Amino acid sequence: MENNQWFTISVYSENNVGLLNRISGIFLKRHINIESLNVSKSEIDNVSKFTIVIYTTDTWVHNIVGQIEKQIEVIKAFYHTDDETIYQESALFKIASDLLFDERQIQNIIKESNAQIVTVARDFFVLAKSGRRFEIDDMYEQLKPFGIMQFVRSGRISVTKDEMQISALLREFQYN
Amino acid sequence: METLKERKTITKKNEAIKISGAEAIIHCLLAEGVDLLYGYPGGAIMPVYDELYKFQDRLTHILTRHEQGATHAAQGYARVSEKVGVAMATSGPGATNLVTGLADAQIDSTPMVCITGQVPRHLLGSDAFQETDIIGISTPVTKWNYQITKASEIPEIIAKAFYIAKSGRPGPVLIDITKNAQFDEFEFSYKKCEAVRSYNPTPKPNMELIKAAGKLINEAKKPLIVWGQGVILGKAEKELKALVEKTGIPAAWTIMGASALETEHPLNVGMVGMHGNYGPNILTNECDVLIAIGMRFDDRVTGRLEDYARQAKVIHFEIDPAEINKNVHADIPVLGNSKETLSLLLPLVNSNSHEAWHNVFKEKYQIEFDTVIKKDIHPTKDGLTMGEVIEEINIATEHKAAIVTDVGQHQMIACRYAKFKETKSNITSGGLGTMGFALPAAIGAKMGAMDREVVAVIGDGGYQMTIQELGVIFQHNIPVKIVVLNNDHLGMVRQWQELFFDKRYASTVMVNPDFVKIAEGYHIEAKSVSERKDLKAAVQEMIASDKPYFLEVKVEKEDNVFPMIPSGAAVSEIRLK
Ligand SMILES: Cc1ncc(C[n+]2csc(CCOP(=O)(O)OP(=O)(O)O)c2C)c(N)n1
Ligand SMILES: [Mg+2]
Repeated sequence: MENNQWFTISVYSENNVGLLNRISGIFLKRHINIESLNVSKSEIDNVSKFTIVIYTTDTWVHNIVGQIEKQIEVIKAFYHTDDETIYQESALFKIASDLLFDERQIQNIIKESNAQIVTVARDFFVLAKSGRRFEIDDMYEQLKPFGIMQFVRSGRISVTKDEMQISALLREFQYN
Repeated sequence: METLKERKTITKKNEAIKISGAEAIIHCLLAEGVDLLYGYPGGAIMPVYDELYKFQDRLTHILTRHEQGATHAAQGYARVSEKVGVAMATSGPGATNLVTGLADAQIDSTPMVCITGQVPRHLLGSDAFQETDIIGISTPVTKWNYQITKASEIPEIIAKAFYIAKSGRPGPVLIDITKNAQFDEFEFSYKKCEAVRSYNPTPKPNMELIKAAGKLINEAKKPLIVWGQGVILGKAEKELKALVEKTGIPAAWTIMGASALETEHPLNVGMVGMHGNYGPNILTNECDVLIAIGMRFDDRVTGRLEDYARQAKVIHFEIDPAEINKNVHADIPVLGNSKETLSLLLPLVNSNSHEAWHNVFKEKYQIEFDTVIKKDIHPTKDGLTMGEVIEEINIATEHKAAIVTDVGQHQMIACRYAKFKETKSNITSGGLGTMGFALPAAIGAKMGAMDREVVAVIGDGGYQMTIQELGVIFQHNIPVKIVVLNNDHLGMVRQWQELFFDKRYASTVMVNPDFVKIAEGYHIEAKSVSERKDLKAAVQEMIASDKPYFLEVKVEKEDNVFPMIPSGAAVSEIRLK
């Protein structure tokens, strides 16, 4: 049996209303959970980029990426293991303001974790932290005893160590 | 009748012409060479039907009796011709009734464009009357879909729809058009679509891989070709035949590939898959090089994957990169259109005859003939077999008919025993196994190939799923020949119950109506036979008729289809009884 591992799928596509549905349907069909999903613009004008994280086998991710790439509006899809990418997630923590002053420990956590204070209001302050999943999880565990009013973590964003030649591909398709 | 062309002559030169979205849809269809479509009207598509009325001299609309029938008819039409099938429906239930046909066309790579009406843009998302999210519903079963909400989008999107449906690996496209976009007027102009920047329909062949394939083929001692519908869709029948004849390699086919090479060609060794022939199935696990051409290693073809052709080097000729290594690892994947890649391969392969290897196929055929085929086609028992009916159809049509089959035992028997001389002659629902496919698909097939004999072979179960399409056959006097092989059972399911569920026949006995009376109710000439002595004459009479004709043949109720690879078994574990 092949082992499951983490893969980051990067999809370059036209910006189309139905495409997210089409892509998520491919995972649904195979009963695979999307662990994280991020949609943003890419390095090319008018080309969107989906960054999708899944936990599966090499065979499955290969097949899934083939089926994603086959969608008309998809220009190219890639998949990479964690070693092949530089990746991050971001998180926001909302915490009661009095703790910032009363609990020395919190100030240490902020310093050590390289988190930023985004805003301080009368009742609460907001910390932002970017990094690997485990770093954010660590910080969460440390802050938890003090009471976290709200927490949210973003999908993974990543860039690859290798080149992704989308512009060349686009030119090739157009003049084929 | 006023058409755009005529109007152009009456308007001053270069003066832009404003027409409604609905009329634009008609001009788009005409520009794409469509002269026939199937469909069913309703509120949200009425503006288009109003235009269809005005253009009926140039565009024939066939009112099927159910939207599912419209899709299968469009599929049948596309499968025999080289055209895109077109089906139209209203929003809501009209649109959802298309889903089965879309799914069928998607899995069997049939070029089809479906147009649905939709509630006006300002009502989208409000649960308006007959609003349904057909884009959401049809996404997994379409090659592409799109919702038009502005009239001005119509020409570009419809052009794109046809281009996508027929290019590369073909498939169904659904275009949903809100009612306001049908009413609104805009300046119409049409340009055919020739490329979509994010879509690469036909990968360029890689000559290095083709050379490697040629080398492997030349070195092979026991090569086997298995071809699929990719040969037909790529129009590569000639190239396949040339390859087979030059190399002398035994060639087998999947259900979807049937008829690309004539059945009686000496190098045609029969069908692979669950109810395919003994030789090609068993020898798949003995060949040294497996040359797969335009086929996708469906599980009905491969049986248990872990034991499929493990000894063989696999060369996979395929247009769709997503099929490479999906189910079976390809040692040499050759991407591209099959006509192109086979043409490039041809000069690189050596002439050969593989005589000894052929003899192995002959031996296996003899075993299958003695244990299965003889009693299927030349039975000695009293009851009629499905096989002998197919054989009578072969004789009466001189192997020239297009055979349209439904799903079940009769389908497997027809695919096993029908003999084909011409390509595009086996129209069946292969990938989805859609009962109810055959009757409407036969209507489409006949209308797509009026010069050909079209014989629908249908089970008593599946016939009743789309039986209302007899209305179309009657109304338009479409001379299809309908053969119902009546075993008073959902035969294929009954067979599985007998073999794998200890004969617990749950809901597989069919209590059937008088099929002859039903056909006669539609004013279609009809006959029923149940004895061998009447069979030949009945089939001959049916084929001789130049009108629609219905023939019921009462066959044995509890016959089974063999050989069979039980699901989950390996191809080499194929059972002869
Ligand atoms: C729409 C649909 N429903 C159910 C099935 C499952 N199924 C496959 S074959 C079969 C029996 C078909 O019976 P009939 O049409 O009489 O053909 P026979 O096998 O008897 O030749 C059934 C129910 C199917 N393929 N399609
Ligand atoms: Mg039956």
